[in-house]
Amino acid sequence: MIDRSTFWIVVPLLAIGTYLIRFSFLGTLGNRPLPAWLTRALKFTAVAILAALVAPGVLWPAATGGQTDPARLVAAVVTLATGIATRSTMGAIAAGAAALYGMLWLMS
Amino acid sequence: MSPTRSAYFRGVYAALPFVVIVIPFGMLFGVVATEAGLQVWETMVFTLAVFAGASQFAAIQTMQENAPAAIVLVTALAVNLRMVMYSVALAPHYGEAPRWTRAIMSYFLVDQTFATATVEFEKRPDLTLSEKIAFFFGSVTPVAPVWFAASLCGALIGRAVPAEWALDFALPITFLAMVAPMLRSLPHIVAAGLSILLSLGLAWMPYGTGLLVAAGLSMTAGAALDAWLERRT
Repeated sequence: MIDRSTFWIVVPLLAIGTYLIRFSFLGTLGNRPLPAWLTRALKFTAVAILAALVAPGVLWPAATGGQTDPARLVAAVVTLATGIATRSTMGAIAAGAAALYGMLWLMS
Repeated sequence: MSPTRSAYFRGVYAALPFVVIVIPFGMLFGVVATEAGLQVWETMVFTLAVFAGASQFAAIQTMQENAPAAIVLVTALAVNLRMVMYSVALAPHYGEAPRWTRAIMSYFLVDQTFATATVEFEKRPDLTLSEKIAFFFGSVTPVAPVWFAASLCGALIGRAVPAEWALDFALPITFLAMVAPMLRSLPHIVAAGLSILLSLGLAWMPYGTGLLVAAGLSMTAGAALDAWLERRT
């Protein structure tokens, strides 16, 4: 369950923050280029954050009380492998979901 | 058809394939948000105010883990930092546009509209300013309304989804599926791999702060390796 006071702090601030990120250069006539090191670091933000966000939940899912679950682990590996092989996000989701349901069905 | 009109429709046409991605993503967001306990109207306020899918998913996950608001914010904003690059890249093309136009465009600056615009400007370097603006709003047309509508559909059916569907795992699968195609160079692979190892090793840290340390260090490692490989060539 999501705590409502957290939710109502997060939503407006996230909205404003995200908007300011988008507005930053486009809105301020900023034709100055970013420093090279910053551009370089920004290329890796999404990969680093999303990977860190997902890893603990894959190994220790909350739905199974933190016990490593073979079905969820296999689904994660299949998703990642399909995504790397096909470069397709939707393909990877489809393969991961198929693996998850296949494993859950096999294990039931 | 006037050049501006045809630029608008080229934008619509260029962004049309994204509908296939935006519909299931949007629906998934609606389902996951209502499963996490949000009301339909709260889900819609969220998606309309923020309009950045990956960070919305990230915020839902960290809020479900009862992280404090500051941690949720830092995590979700970090997911959106890549958009600084989009803003930088589009600024030279739209610098002459009225400020209110740029203010509206900023709200609609997402992965899909950025990608279609950069491809178009490379293909047609001598577009006029009004054509470029028309193209941008053309590319918004099949993306934003579809995202909002799909979020609403997902939110409306959300509670009806039974637990056996293991929807708790929809988020991890979605994130992994977004990361995998990004692993196109050694520094990206190192950043992602290190991030996974560190986030597991630092999972004991309170309120998901381990995540931020892991992501910060991996980002730095990826960038450092990238710079080093570039110097060598």
